[in-house]
Amino acid sequence: MSVAFSLVISIGMVLVVLLLLRRGKLREKYAILWLVVGILTIILGFFPSLLDWVASLVGVQIPANLLFALSIVLLVGVGLHVSRELTILEDETRALAEEVAILRAAVEDWTASTPDQLPREASADPLKHQQPGESNDR
Amino acid sequence: MDPSRRSGTLIIMPAWNESAVIASTIREIRETTPEHDILVVDDGSQDGTPAIAREAGAKVLVLPFNLGVGGAMRTGFKYALRYGYSSAIQVDSDGQHDPRDINKVLAGLQDSDISIGARFAGKGNYVARGPRKWAMLVLSKVISAVAKTELTDVTSGFKAVNVRGLNQYMEHFPTEYLGDTIDSLVVAVKSGCKVTQVPVEMRERQAGTPSHSPFKSTIYLARSGLVLCFALARKRTHRWDDFGLQGENPVEGGGSK
Repeated sequence: MSVAFSLVISIGMVLVVLLLLRRGKLREKYAILWLVVGILTIILGFFPSLLDWVASLVGVQIPANLLFALSIVLLVGVGLHVSRELTILEDETRALAEEVAILRAAVEDWTASTPDQLPREASADPLKHQQPGESNDR
Repeated sequence: MDPSRRSGTLIIMPAWNESAVIASTIREIRETTPEHDILVVDDGSQDGTPAIAREAGAKVLVLPFNLGVGGAMRTGFKYALRYGYSSAIQVDSDGQHDPRDINKVLAGLQDSDISIGARFAGKGNYVARGPRKWAMLVLSKVISAVAKTELTDVTSGFKAVNVRGLNQYMEHFPTEYLGDTIDSLVVAVKSGCKVTQVPVEMRERQAGTPSHSPFKSTIYLARSGLVLCFALARKRTHRWDDFGLQGENPVEGGGSK
């Protein structure tokens, strides 16, 4: 794989991220990570010798291995982050479902009653709007 | 707290495609314990369970999609707190739990926060075999040790909770409902809820398929073991009344009964 090829790929990636960001298809907090990765790759594309220098600095014999190891660490991190976000989202969805079920029951109670009737459990009904003292039988 | 409430206890029945039995179960409960309100939490059924339950005279909450038994129970608990009930009891909609035991299990709340209607406690003839039996045995032993009281059937779905228990469950209730309820039970116990058990008899389920195959039992064993470990390692939550009555509390004085 030539240096030019990896350069093209990383520039393409950064452009895609920017495009998604512009269209509102990617939230900033996720985009930043990908932009940083893309920009680092572009820098590396322009100065391939940087990789050799860093590799010798940390004592990795084959520079490519350093690249692979870093990519793996990065991907695991991203995966973990996404799982965490997913868990939070799932909890929020569940809370919403619970809320919807409770509210729907209250609304159905309310709308099932004709204007001269109170809901059966009007006194406990958070959506109570009728006047008290009206007929309570259905 | 509310004049229209008759006993302050809510019977919560999680239901998922139970149209074959739910009506008779509700009718039986209404005959045996007419003083309690019945709430059916429909967990995304496809077979018209909500309409049948409503017809039979229960209050019905319809979840927009399937959340599992844990999600359904949590919804019921939320409802109980919001409408000021002072206790709630879970009863299966398949008729396994004898309605005549409801008040017996509720009576267990007099000196504890969670009351379990337990099999293997000297009554009934329910027998589990093989891996399932071992799993239940190990779970009982471990949780009994954590709770510092003898519990023989920790996986029972026939459970009553008071307001403290309700709030505890709201703070931490397993949404996946793995390994039945042991996860939430362990956390509740660790957070200072008192647990007791009342011996009851389980009946044959009226319909549906029992979950007893060697393969399923093994999965059950592995799963509940894992869940137990997670639960034991879990951080203790504050006991709900450690805060006093917080401003965000949805109970609105539901503890007064």
